[in-house]
Amino acid sequence: MTEGATTVAVRPKEGAPRGLLAFRGVEMVFPNGVHAVHTVDMDIAPGEFVSVVGPSGCGKSTLLRIASGLARPTAGEVVLNTGHIAYVFQDPTLLPWRTVRQNVELCTQLKKLPKAERAEKARQAIEMVGLAGFENRHPNQLSGGMRMRASLARALTLEPEVFLFDEPFGAIDEITRERLNSELLRIFRARAFAGVFVTHSIAEAVFLSTRVAVMCARPGRIIGEFEVPFPYPREPELRSTPEFAALTGEIGRCLRSGAQ
Amino acid sequence: MISTMAPGVPAASTAEPVTSAGQARMRGYVTMGGPPLIVFALFVAVWYLISYGLLSERRRFLLPPPHDVVSVGFLDWHNFAEILAGLSSTAAISLAGFAIAGTIGFTLAVVMSQSVAMERSFYPYAVALQTLPVLAMTPLVGLWFGFDTFSRILICSILALFPIITNTLFGLKSVEPSQRDLFDLMKAGRWTRLWRLEIPAALPNILTGLRISGGLSVIGAIVADFFFRQGDPGIGRLLDIYRASLETERLYAAIICSSLLGLALFLTNTLISRHVLRNWHASAHSKSS
Repeated sequence: MTEGATTVAVRPKEGAPRGLLAFRGVEMVFPNGVHAVHTVDMDIAPGEFVSVVGPSGCGKSTLLRIASGLARPTAGEVVLNTGHIAYVFQDPTLLPWRTVRQNVELCTQLKKLPKAERAEKARQAIEMVGLAGFENRHPNQLSGGMRMRASLARALTLEPEVFLFDEPFGAIDEITRERLNSELLRIFRARAFAGVFVTHSIAEAVFLSTRVAVMCARPGRIIGEFEVPFPYPREPELRSTPEFAALTGEIGRCLRSGAQ
Repeated sequence: MISTMAPGVPAASTAEPVTSAGQARMRGYVTMGGPPLIVFALFVAVWYLISYGLLSERRRFLLPPPHDVVSVGFLDWHNFAEILAGLSSTAAISLAGFAIAGTIGFTLAVVMSQSVAMERSFYPYAVALQTLPVLAMTPLVGLWFGFDTFSRILICSILALFPIITNTLFGLKSVEPSQRDLFDLMKAGRWTRLWRLEIPAALPNILTGLRISGGLSVIGAIVADFFFRQGDPGIGRLLDIYRASLETERLYAAIICSSLLGLALFLTNTLISRHVLRNWHASAHSKSS
């Protein structure tokens, strides 16, 4: 859905480099002079789930906006080797006048897919996020967690190969958040997309990802990358293992070193 | 987000334990209807007090007692029929003015929302239209367009236009940025965006604008009645006649009827607005608006 922007080069799949999505020396300087992103290089391959952690205002979200084509980098380029890309925003961005089903069908409707196909994709996506039975509710009749599920379902109807998440669970309570993390992993395993997940929770990043990139602010840049060795499927108990604690501790130290 | 424009405030629904739904509903009607009824009774009592206590018999025509107003103004069919005829003429004028103002106001707001240049070009004049005293324009309108129905509708729509423009424009422009991002990502065109996002998102504001304009269109129609005296007389014309002939019972009856007209339009708009927004907007769930 983001093909064609001039700075976002879209190349055909054959003969493409290894990544589905690659940042090549991406820089972003806002018109007010703020240096939001400073030469970021990163490759995301199929099957990878990369989390980006960093303090508020370090340019994590800007990176996603650039990847999706919503923003153009002032230097460098983004290589995107698929037309199937989806984006989940910080807030669920549901349209309050539409029911859950109509909201989930929004993206496919805007892509002018035939009605029957839209309905089928929406049905599958709603089932996948566990909202079956709530199709006819309006967003104001749902809890925060359920709204986010609906937002995920809407993105899933695009059958993304690259899935961008901008702190989707930031406003959700800890308990619901951990459950949603597990469900997101289940969907990640089932749909096999490449994920880029922005968060400021180190535990969330480690639990979900194959790789964690640490960013620091002013200017926003990547100061460390960590492979996460734990095999999938991951159970919630993983969070209380010493290996998990060791890795989150190490990432935390890296974050703090960048903050100084 | 719409603090100064929309009166609707989400009401916390504090459900008490109730024995049956019917009882709860009855209690609801009593708590809702009781206080206004008490105020109404007090109002009538004060009216009688002034009529009989303060005014001498020679000056009682200034405020005839309520039962005289009812018997002369409402129960005398000849009098009441005249008032009803005036009222229906004024109602027709105000509905026509309201419809025209609604159509033009909505269209202008949509045009202004689509282009900054358009907004910069037209908005100052919309504001100027609002600050222009309509009464100052009536002689000119009369000279140009005659003292007939057309001028009455024109004055009425000029008066009702501004709230529709401002509220609609405000609504169209206050779409959440993240929702705009979503439509950007999907490469939605201008019309799709307008139809699927901006207009639905602006509905609460549009309806607020219509509600305010509905009231103004009634005022506009009555004011126009005073100035444009050709054609069938509206209620404003009757008010003037009754004043001149000191028929104060009929004058009060006519005043009451014209405020009922405004009230009817307001209530209709409120009901429509609640129906449209019933599923998703906080103002539709509030118990008073």
